[in-house]
Amino acid sequence: MTAPMTKPLLDVRDLAVAFDTDGGAVHAVNGVSYTLHEGETLGIVGESGSGKSVHVLAMLGLIPRPPGRITGGQVLFEGRDLLALKERELRKVRGGAIGFVFQDPMSSLNPGMTVAAQIIEPLRIHLGLDARAARVRAKELLDLVRIPNAGARLDQYPHEFSGGQRQRVMIAIGLSCRPKLLIADEATTALDVTVQAEIVGLVQELKRELGMAIIWITHDLGVVAGISDTVQVMYAGRILERGPVDDIFSDPRNAYTLGLLRSLPDLSGGRAGRRRLHQIEGAPPDMRHLPPGDPFAPRNAYATPRCRTEMPPLAQAPGAAPGHLVAAWYDLPQLLSREAAR
Amino acid sequence: MLRFLARRLALAIPTLILASMIIFALQQLLPGDVATALTGEERDPQVIAFIREKYHLDEPLPVRYAYWAGGVLRGDLGESIRLQKPVSELIVEKLPVTLELACLAMLVALAIGVPMGVLSAVKRGQAADTIANGIALWGLSVPNFWLGILLILLFSVELGWLPASGYVSPFESMSDNLAAMVMPAFVLGNAIAAVMMRHTRAAMLGVLGSDYVRTARAKGVSPLRVTLRHALPNAAIPIITLGALEFGQLLSGAVLTEQVFSVPGFGKLMVDAVFNRDFATVQGVVICTAATYIALNLAADLLSAAVNPKLRRA
Repeated sequence: MTAPMTKPLLDVRDLAVAFDTDGGAVHAVNGVSYTLHEGETLGIVGESGSGKSVHVLAMLGLIPRPPGRITGGQVLFEGRDLLALKERELRKVRGGAIGFVFQDPMSSLNPGMTVAAQIIEPLRIHLGLDARAARVRAKELLDLVRIPNAGARLDQYPHEFSGGQRQRVMIAIGLSCRPKLLIADEATTALDVTVQAEIVGLVQELKRELGMAIIWITHDLGVVAGISDTVQVMYAGRILERGPVDDIFSDPRNAYTLGLLRSLPDLSGGRAGRRRLHQIEGAPPDMRHLPPGDPFAPRNAYATPRCRTEMPPLAQAPGAAPGHLVAAWYDLPQLLSREAAR
Repeated sequence: MLRFLARRLALAIPTLILASMIIFALQQLLPGDVATALTGEERDPQVIAFIREKYHLDEPLPVRYAYWAGGVLRGDLGESIRLQKPVSELIVEKLPVTLELACLAMLVALAIGVPMGVLSAVKRGQAADTIANGIALWGLSVPNFWLGILLILLFSVELGWLPASGYVSPFESMSDNLAAMVMPAFVLGNAIAAVMMRHTRAAMLGVLGSDYVRTARAKGVSPLRVTLRHALPNAAIPIITLGALEFGQLLSGAVLTEQVFSVPGFGKLMVDAVFNRDFATVQGVVICTAATYIALNLAADLLSAAVNPKLRRA
């Protein structure tokens, strides 16, 4: 899917975000750089506090400022730097060329407005539709996200919808203006597992129909495997590894990625699959006082002395598929094979 | 919706009965005797006996309550001993005055309190927030009667723009009526505006941090529309509830303010009645106030349901 020759849709360069607190600045995002091409699906994985959500919210001016603050970088979307845009200009991008789906569909829809009113809003703002045309389009959108009996449900309120249906409504809002990029921020986290699968399936279908690029932010590697072309692993506001989805799963090069993969329950095998679930020792670092080197080094059994003093650059992993980048001073496959030999 | 209304109205009846019993009982704790208070200096035992007989003062408390309650059920609130007039007539006479004052005061409170609360929530931590909070603190801490006196000094004595006191019926002259009402309404509204501002601010801060406000912003909705269309209606419920309570308070009579501006409303009627052991009047006013309170709370609930569709099912 990745076509390195074409101009990227989104080009994030060295983005850094901090939040001022009484205890000092929290460095939530620390120099994140990546590109996303048209039609590409990028899965961003990481635990809470890894900066995965904050960095997308920050690039569209959706973090509260103050206390939030963008401390550096550029975010080129279709060649324009979003961070340099005035609020008024940025508003035209939000909900227009870039659609959002948020985590909790219970709280992300306005309880006091009908579903129609909430879908119609971006249509009127970005597409300039009149009330009648917007309503027709709103019904089409509910049909698109497979909500049965859409016409009758337009005038209902969010509390009259089930959790999965509400997330469908959120997706309808996110896709309402035919965005080039849909950002789904933990879009399935708050849902039951069966509903999660439905929503993921729906997004995949819609992507085939509409062809937009997707950034899918989650802490669930299972969801990422099903939906992404590219996976990006974040930790402490940095990208530790990034590459084609199959390559990341079969040939992880960063110890943190390995830890995440090992913590997935393996339901495929019989007896062999029944192993104790792996757990990454320790806790994420204090984001106010980040360690000087690789932020994962204190929790990493494979860390070298250099890891503790110097942040490794994100670079092509030797011997891996092209585009598989890793930030590590150690050679994980070599260490693993040595471990297996013992 | 109709069932909701019916249930609320049914609940109002025991509330009213309880309120009337409490006020009836509490009044017996007041020292002094009506009969002796009425007869004045030369106490003719025959007259006292006559008065006691007429107002059933010798009967036990429950029997007297039954007499009174029976009257209320027939629409008879009794007679003011002091003014020799039916209490209902007194209430009908004073209620419009108090009602007008209360409405104007609420108008002032809403017009100042809500926009200021919204502004200070939106501009949290900035200069506007600090200024609004300062004004609210001032409004809360300035005593009504003192502010009233200062306003009279400035606008009536110094500038001569407004009458210092009194009341003119709006049917006589609308402009004179408003001129007499504007200062007491401002004094009363000012104090409520401060409370209103604080509550609006708190409610707005909660709502502005909510996920659906972020959704609205992510849709590209303008900040003004986010504030007024997405946030304010969801912050309105505590404001409506508070408004109804404050309005009820105003209707029961603003004793001090009415005194300062000599407004002939409920507050003045009540104070005079209490001082003269005019029990029937006190009871009548209290029952009337309690009923208004209940009606206002009901109105607030209905209004909240209109704002929040979720409540409509209740």
